[in-house]
Amino acid sequence: MKAHDCKSHHVLEVENLCVSYGKVPAVREVAFETQCGKSVALVGPNGAGKSTLLKALAGLERPECGEIRWRGRAMTQSSHEIAYLPQREEIDWNFPATVRGIVDMGRYPHLGWWRRFRSEDAERVDAALRAMDLEDLQDRQISALSGGQQQRAFLARALAQEAHVFLLDEPFTGLDADAQERLRALFDSLKAEGRLIIASHHDLDTVPSIYDEVLLQATTQVAFGAVHEVFTSRHLKQVFGRAMAVMGGGQTV
Amino acid sequence: MNWLTEPFEWVIYQRALLAAVIIGFTNGYVSAYVVLRKAALKTGSLSHALLPGIAVAIWLFGLTAFNAFAGAVVAALMIGLGSLLVAQTSRIDQDTALGVLYTAAFSGGIVLLNFVNAPGELEHWLFGDIRGMSDSDLWTVFGIAVASLVGLTLFKRPIIVMLFEPNVARSLGIPVTMMNYLLFALVIFVLISSIQAVGCILALGLLVSPGATMLLFTDSPSRLFWGGGFLGAISSVAALIVSYWFDWPPGSSIVLVLGAVFVIAFVASPRYGLASKWRRRHVHDVSSS
Repeated sequence: MKAHDCKSHHVLEVENLCVSYGKVPAVREVAFETQCGKSVALVGPNGAGKSTLLKALAGLERPECGEIRWRGRAMTQSSHEIAYLPQREEIDWNFPATVRGIVDMGRYPHLGWWRRFRSEDAERVDAALRAMDLEDLQDRQISALSGGQQQRAFLARALAQEAHVFLLDEPFTGLDADAQERLRALFDSLKAEGRLIIASHHDLDTVPSIYDEVLLQATTQVAFGAVHEVFTSRHLKQVFGRAMAVMGGGQTV
Repeated sequence: MNWLTEPFEWVIYQRALLAAVIIGFTNGYVSAYVVLRKAALKTGSLSHALLPGIAVAIWLFGLTAFNAFAGAVVAALMIGLGSLLVAQTSRIDQDTALGVLYTAAFSGGIVLLNFVNAPGELEHWLFGDIRGMSDSDLWTVFGIAVASLVGLTLFKRPIIVMLFEPNVARSLGIPVTMMNYLLFALVIFVLISSIQAVGCILALGLLVSPGATMLLFTDSPSRLFWGGGFLGAISSVAALIVSYWFDWPPGSSIVLVLGAVFVIAFVASPRYGLASKWRRRHVHDVSSS
C-alpha cells in the first residue's frame, strides 16, 4: 500500500468539545491537537464518555459545542478520510457478508451509490486483504472468524477506504496475547504509513507499549499529552478516583 | 409432464401463472430487506392494518382497484404513524401500540366489510384468490413489481450499509430518514400487491419466507435478494399446480409451500442447516482461534 505523506498540515484539532444525551453530559471540555503518524489512547473509567468522544470524532454524534477540524476543515467534510470501528458487540456478526464483502464496502464512499467496481477498486481490496493477512479467509462469513481476524477485517476495510484517521472503540478487548501483539505491530505499520490512530483502551498495563499519546477522560478531559508525560499515577488517580489510589498505578481497571 | 402443463390450458390459470411469477418474485426480492431489517412482525401488523382501509374506501367510493389501494395506503400510514405517536407521547412502546391499534383496526375492517358487501367479499380480502386477477389488478401488480425491483436494485449499496451499520450510514452521507420512509412505502405497496393473491392475513408469509430461507444458504446480500426473488416465483408457481390438482386454496398453498421449503432448508442447508451443523460439531471443530 502506498505510503501517505505526513505533512505538518495533517493535523487534527479539537476545541472545547461537548456532547450530551438529553440533559446528561457525556463529553465535556475536550480539547487536544495531534497529527498523522501518531497513535492516541483514550483512557478513563466506564461511562467516562470514551465511546461518545470517538463517535463525535467520527461524525456519528452531533456535538453540542466545540469544533473538530481535520487538516484545517470541519471533520464532517472529510468523511471519506475517516474510518470508524465500533465495539465488537455493536456489530451484527450474523449479517450475510464475507470478509471480502466487508472490505468491498470500504470502496463505496469512492464509488458513490451506482458506479461499478473497476479493476482498480478490486486491486485496492486485494492489497488491503494482503496487508491484514486475510487473503486466505476472504470468503469466510464474518462470524466464522476469531476476534483478532474480525478486528483485522474491519481494519482492512478502512485501508480499502484509503482512510487517514482510524477511530477504534476498544480494539484490543477480547483478543488473546498473540492477537494483541499482532494488532500492536499493525498499528506501528499504519503509523509508519502516516495514518492517525485514536482508540479507546481499558487495559492500563499495555497503554505505554502501544500508544504515543494519551487522553485521560472522566466526562471532562483530565489530561492530554505524550504517554511518558501524562500517564502518571497522579493523573490516573484523578481519573479513576479513590479505587485507583488503593490499587496504585499501573493496574488494570 | 402432462400434470405440469394441464392446469395452464385454462385461461384462468394462465393469468394466475403470470400473477404468481410477478408477485412471487417481487415479494421474494423485497423479502431480503424485510428479513435483514428484522422487521417481520412489524410488517405483519402492517398487512393486517390494510384491511380497514380497503373496507372504508370501498364503502365510501365503491369497489375499484385504485380505491382499494388508496384506502390501504392511508390505513397503513395511519396505523404506522399512530403507533409512533403513542410511543413518543406516552409510556407505551411502539410494539405494544401497534398490537392494540392494528387488531382494533382489523376488527373494524371485518365488521365494515360484513355490512358493505356480498358475503364472499370478506373472505376474498382475508385470504385472496390469485385466480381472480382482473386486467387492472395484473397491471397494478406489474407496476409495483417494476418500481420495487428498480428502486431496490438502484439503491442496494446504501440500503445494505444502512442495514449493516445504521449509525455509520448517516456519517457517510446517506439520507437515512428519507430512505426509511421510502422503504416503508415500498413495503406497503408490495403488501398491497400480494393481498389480491394471498389475502392480508397470509401476505406476511410471502414477504418473509423467501428471504428467511435464502439466509440459510448464502452470505452475499446480492444473492439474498435475487435468490429470494427466484425462490418466491418458483414456489408460487409450484403451489399453483398443487392447488389445481388437490383442489387446495391457492393462497394458502403458496404460503404452505414456502413454509415447507424453509423447514427443509433449516434442516438440510449445506452451510447453515441443522444437519450440517451437527455433523461439523462431531467431525471436527471448525473456525476460530
